[in-house]
Amino acid sequence: MAGKTLYDKLWDDHVVHTEDDGSCLIYIDRQLLHEVTSPQAFEGLRLSGRKPWRIARNLAVADHNIPTTDRAKGIADPVSRLQVETLESNCKEFGITEFHMSDIRQGIVHVVGPEQGATLPGMTVVCGDSHTSTHGASAALAFGIGTSEVEHALATQCLVQKKAKNMLIKVNGKAGPGVTAKDIVLAIIGQIGTAGGTGYTIEFGGEAIRELSMEGRMTVCNMAIEAGARAGLIACDEKTIEFYRDRPYAPKGDDWNMAVRYWEKLHSDPDAKFDKVIEFDAAAIKPQVSWGTSPEMVLPVDASVPDPARETDPVKRQSIERALQYMGLKAGQKITDIKLDKVFIGSCTNSRIEDLRAAAAVIKGRKKADSVKQVLIVPGSGLIKQQAEAEGLDKIFTAANFEWREPGCSMCLAMNADRLEAGEHCASTSNRNFEGRQGYGGRTHLVSPAMAAAAAIAGHFVNVAEDAS
Amino acid sequence: MRAFTTLTALVAPLDRANVDTDAIIPKQFLKSIRRAGFGPYLFDEWRYLDRGEPDMDCANRPLNKDFVLNQPQYHGAQILLTRENFGCGSSREHAPWALEDYGFRAVIAPSFADIFFNNCFKNGILPIVLPAETVDRLFREMADGYQLTIDLQSQTITTPAGQQIGFDVDENRRYRLLNGLDDIALSLQHADKIKAYETERAKRAPWLFQDA
Repeated sequence: MAGKTLYDKLWDDHVVHTEDDGSCLIYIDRQLLHEVTSPQAFEGLRLSGRKPWRIARNLAVADHNIPTTDRAKGIADPVSRLQVETLESNCKEFGITEFHMSDIRQGIVHVVGPEQGATLPGMTVVCGDSHTSTHGASAALAFGIGTSEVEHALATQCLVQKKAKNMLIKVNGKAGPGVTAKDIVLAIIGQIGTAGGTGYTIEFGGEAIRELSMEGRMTVCNMAIEAGARAGLIACDEKTIEFYRDRPYAPKGDDWNMAVRYWEKLHSDPDAKFDKVIEFDAAAIKPQVSWGTSPEMVLPVDASVPDPARETDPVKRQSIERALQYMGLKAGQKITDIKLDKVFIGSCTNSRIEDLRAAAAVIKGRKKADSVKQVLIVPGSGLIKQQAEAEGLDKIFTAANFEWREPGCSMCLAMNADRLEAGEHCASTSNRNFEGRQGYGGRTHLVSPAMAAAAAIAGHFVNVAEDAS
Repeated sequence: MRAFTTLTALVAPLDRANVDTDAIIPKQFLKSIRRAGFGPYLFDEWRYLDRGEPDMDCANRPLNKDFVLNQPQYHGAQILLTRENFGCGSSREHAPWALEDYGFRAVIAPSFADIFFNNCFKNGILPIVLPAETVDRLFREMADGYQLTIDLQSQTITTPAGQQIGFDVDENRRYRLLNGLDDIALSLQHADKIKAYETERAKRAPWLFQDA
C-alpha cells in the first residue's frame, strides 16, 4: 500500500461519517470568527434555536473594519461600527471568547490564530475567510468557508466536505538574496495560474520551503487560495514545534509531549502518491511584482509589462487588454518605471515581525520619496506591534516618514478608512490585486515587504535582489 | 433554502474569465449584517458609473450602458453564462447572496473557484461546469431572447434548438438542492457519530478537548 500524503493523514484523522457519494462529515477542531462573515451565521443559530456544539473551539476577533488610527476614538463609520458591535454582542450571547479592539491580542485573525497557539499542527481549522489557508503552514488542514458553513461548524462542529486531490509543489534549491517567501509564492501563482490549484490541496515542499521561517511559510500557504487551492500545507518539523512552545493556547506538560509525538508524524510519507507534482528552481526566482488585476498577472521586477498583441488565446488577450487599461499601464513598459502613489505594508500575508524587520532593513536611514503620498505600516496584531516597538522598528519607519499604525486588515481590502483613491498605484504586501480591491479605481501591485519599502524610498519599483547581492 | 428542480430562463452572457468575488460584490457592501438586499449592488463597479455605497438608492445611479446586465434584452435573466474560474478570490457568501437576490438561479462556466462553487449550493443556486468548447458554443449561439432549460433531476440542459447537454453534480449536493434541505439538520442526524468521534479522539488528542 502506498504511503499517505500529509493531507491524507489530516483528512483521515477527522472523518466522522462518509456518505455513499464519497462526501464526508469532517470534524472541525478550531473555528476562527470575524465580524464580516459571522453575523448571518449567528442570526441563523438564533432563528433555528440552535446552540454552538463546542463553544470553546471558537475564537473571535474583529479585524476587517477596525480603524488603524487612534483606537480610543472608536469606529467613525456607523456601518462598520455596527458590524463590530454585532460580533461583540453575538460572542457575548453565545459565550465565545473574543479579543476586543482594546485587547493587545487583537489583530488579523490569521495572525492571531498561530500567535496564540489557537491553531495548532494536526488541527482542522476553518474561518469565514479564504485566507484561512495560512494556518496550513503549521501542518493543519485549514480552509476558508462561506457563512452557511460558519453556521454549520458552529452548530455541529463538523462540515460536509469532499476530499480534494493531492498536489505537491516542490521548490528546490536555495532562494537568492532578497528573494522572500512572497516572491516564491507569487512566482508559483504566475506559473500555475489562479485556477492552477482548483480542486487540490497543495503541499509546499522542497529545500527552499524548509529553509523558510514559520512566518515565511505562513506567507506561502496564505496565498495557496490565490493559486485556486482552498488549503495549502507544509510539513511539521522542528521549526513548527519550536514556534508553538509556550504559546498561550498550546498544550502544556504531558499534553505537550504527547502532542509533539503526534505532530512529528505530520509529513507526507516518502512513498506517498500525489495526483500532481510541480517543481520549481528557487535560484531562478527573482523579486516579483504584479502588474495586472489578477495575482497570476505577475512578473520578475526586471521584466516589462506584457503586450496583448503577442497573446494568441483570445480570452487571455482580452484579459490583458482590460488589465492594462484598468492599471493605466502601456504594453512593454518596464516594471521599474511604474511610479507609486502609496505603499501598504501589512495584511494576513505580510504583517508579521519578520516582514516588518525586512521592510525596516531596506530603509537604511533614507526617507520616503516625496512623490509617494502615503506609506502605511500596519502590524498584524497588537503583540507584533509591541515586539516591533521593543526592537525600535517603529522609529525607523517614522523617521522615513512612514505611518506606524494599529493592527487590522486595513488597506488589503479597504473596508476601514485606509484606501486608495481612483487611479493611484500602490505597492502592497497584500494578496489580491483585483479591480477596486484597495479602493474604487485603485491600482494594486503585489510585492514583498522589502520590495514595498524599497519602492517607497525610490518612488518606483527597484530590484532589491541587486542591493542584497 | 429554495429548492432547485427545473428552470427555463433567459441567459445573460458575461464574457470574462476569472471574475472575482470582489467584482461580484465589492467589499463596502459586506458591512451589512443581513443576508438579503445585495442584488442591487451585484457587479456594482461594472454596472454603475459612480462609486457605490451601502444603502444607496440604485434607481437614480448612472448606469454603465455597455455592461451586459444593463442591456434591455437581458433583463429578467436567471442564468449567467460566463468563462473559467468564476467566483475566485474571497470566501464571501455575499457573492451568491447577491446573485440570488438579483434573480440568478444558475451559473454556467468551464470552471469555478472551489469556495464560491460550494457556497452556491447553500443558496439554491446551481453552478454548472461544462467543457470550455461547449461554453464557447453557447456564447456563439446567444441571440435575443436566448433561453435554456435546466433540469437538475435528469442533469440536462436543453438549448432552444432542442439539443440536450448533460452535466455532472455530486449526488449529495443534487439531493439537497432538489429538496431544498437544511444542511445542518441533515448533519445533526449524525449527532451520535459526532459524539463518538469526540470520545475516541479525546483519547488520542486530549489537548484538543480541555474546554473548561
